[in-house]
Amino acid sequence: MTPFTGIPKQIEAAIERGEGPSRRDFLKQSGLFVVSVAAMSAASVSLLEAQGTATATAAAGIGPYPDPDFRQLDAWIVIRENNTATFYVGKTDLGQGTGTAFRQIMADELDLLYDQTSCVMGTTNSTVDQGGSGGSDALETDGWPMRRVAAEARRVLLDMGAARLGVPVTDLAVAGGVITARSDAAKRITYGQLIGGRRFNVTLTGNNIDQTTGVAKLKNVQDLKIVGTSPQRYDIPGKVDGSVKWATGVKVPGMLHARNIKPPVAGATLVSIDESSVRTLPGFVKVVSKGNYVAVVCEREEQAIRAARQLKVNWRKPTSAPFPASEDLFAFMRAATPTFTAPVNIVGDPDAALARATRIVEAEYNIPFQGHTAMGPAHAMADPSNDQLTIYSNDMKSYGMRNGVAQFLKMPRDRVRVVWMDGPQGYGRTAADDAGFEAAFLAQELGRPVRVQWTRQEETAWDTKGPAFTFKLRGGLDAQGNLVALDWEARAADHNHLGYNEFDSVLIAQLTGQRRTTPARGSSGAPQEMYGIPNRRIAQHVVSLPLVWETPLRTGNLRDPNGPQTAFASESFIDELAAAARIDPAEFRRRLIEAFPDEDSGFKRARSLAVLKAAVDAYGWEPRSSPKAAGSGEILTGRGIAYTVRRQTIAVQIVEIEVNRRTGRVWPKRIVTAHDCGLIVNPEGLRRTIEGATLYGLSRALHEEVTFDTEKVTTVDWRTSPTLTHADIPERIDVVMVNGDPNQTRPDLPHYGAGEASLKPMIAAVGNAIFDATGVRIRRAPFRAARVLAALKAAGV
Amino acid sequence: MPSIRLLVNGTTHNVEVEDTSTPLLHVLRNDLGLEGPRFGCGLGQCGACTVIIRGEAVRSCVRPVSTAQNVEITTLEGLSKNGVLHPVQQAWIDEQVPQCGYCQNGQMLTAKVLLDKNPNPSDAQIRQGMNTTLCRCMTYYRVQLAIKRAAKAMGTA
Repeated sequence: MTPFTGIPKQIEAAIERGEGPSRRDFLKQSGLFVVSVAAMSAASVSLLEAQGTATATAAAGIGPYPDPDFRQLDAWIVIRENNTATFYVGKTDLGQGTGTAFRQIMADELDLLYDQTSCVMGTTNSTVDQGGSGGSDALETDGWPMRRVAAEARRVLLDMGAARLGVPVTDLAVAGGVITARSDAAKRITYGQLIGGRRFNVTLTGNNIDQTTGVAKLKNVQDLKIVGTSPQRYDIPGKVDGSVKWATGVKVPGMLHARNIKPPVAGATLVSIDESSVRTLPGFVKVVSKGNYVAVVCEREEQAIRAARQLKVNWRKPTSAPFPASEDLFAFMRAATPTFTAPVNIVGDPDAALARATRIVEAEYNIPFQGHTAMGPAHAMADPSNDQLTIYSNDMKSYGMRNGVAQFLKMPRDRVRVVWMDGPQGYGRTAADDAGFEAAFLAQELGRPVRVQWTRQEETAWDTKGPAFTFKLRGGLDAQGNLVALDWEARAADHNHLGYNEFDSVLIAQLTGQRRTTPARGSSGAPQEMYGIPNRRIAQHVVSLPLVWETPLRTGNLRDPNGPQTAFASESFIDELAAAARIDPAEFRRRLIEAFPDEDSGFKRARSLAVLKAAVDAYGWEPRSSPKAAGSGEILTGRGIAYTVRRQTIAVQIVEIEVNRRTGRVWPKRIVTAHDCGLIVNPEGLRRTIEGATLYGLSRALHEEVTFDTEKVTTVDWRTSPTLTHADIPERIDVVMVNGDPNQTRPDLPHYGAGEASLKPMIAAVGNAIFDATGVRIRRAPFRAARVLAALKAAGV
Repeated sequence: MPSIRLLVNGTTHNVEVEDTSTPLLHVLRNDLGLEGPRFGCGLGQCGACTVIIRGEAVRSCVRPVSTAQNVEITTLEGLSKNGVLHPVQQAWIDEQVPQCGYCQNGQMLTAKVLLDKNPNPSDAQIRQGMNTTLCRCMTYYRVQLAIKRAAKAMGTA
C-alpha cells in the first residue's frame, strides 16, 4: 500500500529498504506508533498503547504519520525470514559513514554478520526519533541505545531458541544469526526461522530515547568482532555509479518549481511587486509574497529561474545601516555593549598573579564570520497531497523539521513527515532548514507539490554563519617560563543565534513577520584544553550587530560551533607564551597538561598527553623553541602544533608549512593529526572522517571569510568566497588513531565523537607554523595570501 | 515548441524545450531523469554538474542545451559499460572516496577526462587538472589517491 501520495517507487524503496511487508504496514499492524496528539496526556498515550495503537488511532482520528515508539523493540529491529535484519535508527549520515558504523555495533551485539544487516535512518514516520545528526554524537550518545536494543533482541532470540530446541540458554552458541546447541550440533535454528517477519512484542524501558534499554547486558569490548574492522560504506557504491536518490532529485507528478527573491539590501522592506513583469512568461504559476518573503513559482525549473530574474520588485532600503562593513567589524564588536555576558569564571587571583609575573604577553585575535556555503545550495520538495505534508530534505535534523513545520503551518504533527535523503554537506544549522520550511509553506499555498531551490548567490550570502569573534588575551609567565595567569575575554557576534528548524526563527518566519520577538542570546567561547593554569579569568560576551532579524549575517551552528574560532585564539596564544618563554611549544603544552589538577571520568588529561606524544612521535618533532632561525630563500618553512579537546575527543595537529615570501601563499606540505575518540568502530571510516575534517579546518584557516559592505553580504559565489581546492592540500596527511585510555583493555571503553574534533586545532596550528617559519604572528584569520604578504612586509620579512 | 535532439550515454532523446538557452543541466536532470550531474552553482565555478562532451569535461550548468545537440554526451550514468564500473569508479570505491558525495560526479568525470588525456599524471598535474573541481567535505586527499589508483588500473588493463 502506498498511501496518500504518488511517491516515486524508487524513493519508497529507498525508505523501506529491505524485504517483507511495507514499513508502514508493519508498524501499523504491530501497534508500534506513539499517538502524538499534543493534548493527549502521557497516561492516555500509555492506555492507547496498551489497547493496541492501530485501533486506537483509527478511533481517535490520528493522522497518517504517528511516531514509532522507541520503547518497542520492534520499532528498532526487524528480522526477516531470510535471516537478515534491518535496523531503523533516528540518525542521519552526512557522509562520515555513521550508518555503516551503526550496522557494525548492532550486528555485533546481535551476533549477526555485517552483511546480514541493513540500516534505515532519518524518516520521521519510519524510524524512532533520535534527533537526526549533530554534535558528533552519533556513536557517543546514540550508539548506546542502538547497542542495547540489539543486545536485547539477541537475548529474546536465545530464549526463543532455547525453548524451541529444548535446551537451556546456557547451552546455546550463536553466530551469524544461527543458534546451535553446544551439546548437540544437530540442534540448530536461525533467527529468521524463529521470528522472521514477525514481531518481538518486547517493551523496552528508559525515560528518554537515549536511555532506551532492555534487560540484556552489553558485550565487553574485547568480545566485539565487527567493531574495529572496516567494512566498506554501504552508501558509497550508489554515490559512485549514480544510482543513489538525492533529496535534490525528488520529482512527483504535478510538481512545481520555486525560486526565492531575497531583499537586495539587508533589512529592506517590500513596497510592491509588479506581477505583470512575469505574468505572460511561459509556465508562470504564481508570485507568492507575505511580508518581505517573495517567491515565484513556475511549472518548470528554467521558467522559475527566468521569472525570478525578471520579476520587478520594489524594495525600500532601511533608514540605518544593518551592519558595519566587514573591514570595520572588529572595531565595532569591541566598542559594542554586550547583549549577553556569561558569568565570569575566576580561578585563583589572576590580577595578583599578573602583577607578580616576570613577563606579560598581551594579544588580540580576530576571526570573521564564516559560512556553511554548502556544495549544493539549499533545497527541498514538499508534497501536500491528501491533507498531509511530506517534505523531502537532506536536513540533518529531519525530526526537528517535522516538528517545526507542523507548528509553522499549524498542522497536526502526525500529518507531517520529513523523508531524509542524501544531500550536500549538512554539517550544522544550514539553510536546508530554511528551504524545507519554504517548500512546505509554498506547497500549502499552491496546493501542489513544490520544489524550492536556492541559488548559489543566495546560499553563499544568506546561509547561516559561524559567528565572528574578537579576543583580548593576557598571560603571565614566571621566571621559569611557567604560565601562572591567563586573562581571557571573548566577544562573539552571535546575538540571535538561530536554533535548528525553529518555527519562529527560521528565515521564512522572519521574512513573513511570524517570528518570535525575543532573540536567542547566543554564546561566546572559552578554551576547553586540559591545561593547569593556576590563576584564570574567563570572560565571555556576546555582541549584536545593528540589524537582528531578516539579516544575511544570521548565525547558527557551523561544524564544531565556536570551536575553531576559540581554539584559534587559545592555541595561538599558548604558542605566543611558549615563544616568550623560549620553550619548545609541544613541551610547553605537555607541562601545562601535566599540571592539570584533576583527572575526570573520561581521562582527558591522560589521553591528552598520549595524543600529544603520538603526534610528536609521528611527525618526528625536534625539540626547539619558535620561531626557527630566519630563512633566506623565497620559500620559508616551519612547523606548528595545536591541541584541542571537543567534549571527550582529543586532537593534536602538527603542520609543516611553506610560506612564499613573494606571494604570501601558505601551503601546508604535511599535516599530522593524532586523535583519540575512544573505542574505534570502523578505522578506515574514521581515518577518512579525520582527513576530511582536517582539510575542512584548513579551508577555514586559509580561505573562508564572509565580507560585506554596509548594505549586503558581498561574498556570493566561489570567486568571492573561495574554499580549499585540490592544489591547496598537503602532499601527505598522517592520521594517528590513539586509544589513550589509562586502562586500554577496559571492557566498557566508550565510543566518542569524531565528526568535528579534528577541524578544531587547524587554524591555530597553521598560524603557529607561519610564525615558526617567518617570525611573524598573524592574529587575524584566515591566512589569505594578501593578508600574509602584508604582514610579512610590515614586519620586514 | 523547439525540439532538441540530445545524444546521451548512447541513446538519442528528442526533448521539447521552449527556451533553448536553458542550461543542459536542467534538461538532463528534469527531462531525462539523469541525476548524476548536479546543481552546485549555476556559474561554472564548482564542477558538480560536469558531463563529458567530445572528450572534454564540460560544465552543463552554463552550457545552453541548444549547443549540446548532435554530440555524444556522457554523464555519470554512462560511465560504466555492460554493468562493469569504469576504473575511475572502481578506484573511488576502493579508496572509499565520497563523503556526502554531492560533488563526486564532477570529481570522477573530471578525473576520467584527465586520465584519458594523460594516462600517467604527476601529482602536480593532478592538482592542476582537478583544481577547479570543488569539494566541501574535503575529500581531495582521497580523490587524488583514487586518481593514481585508477591510472595504475587503466595502465595495466
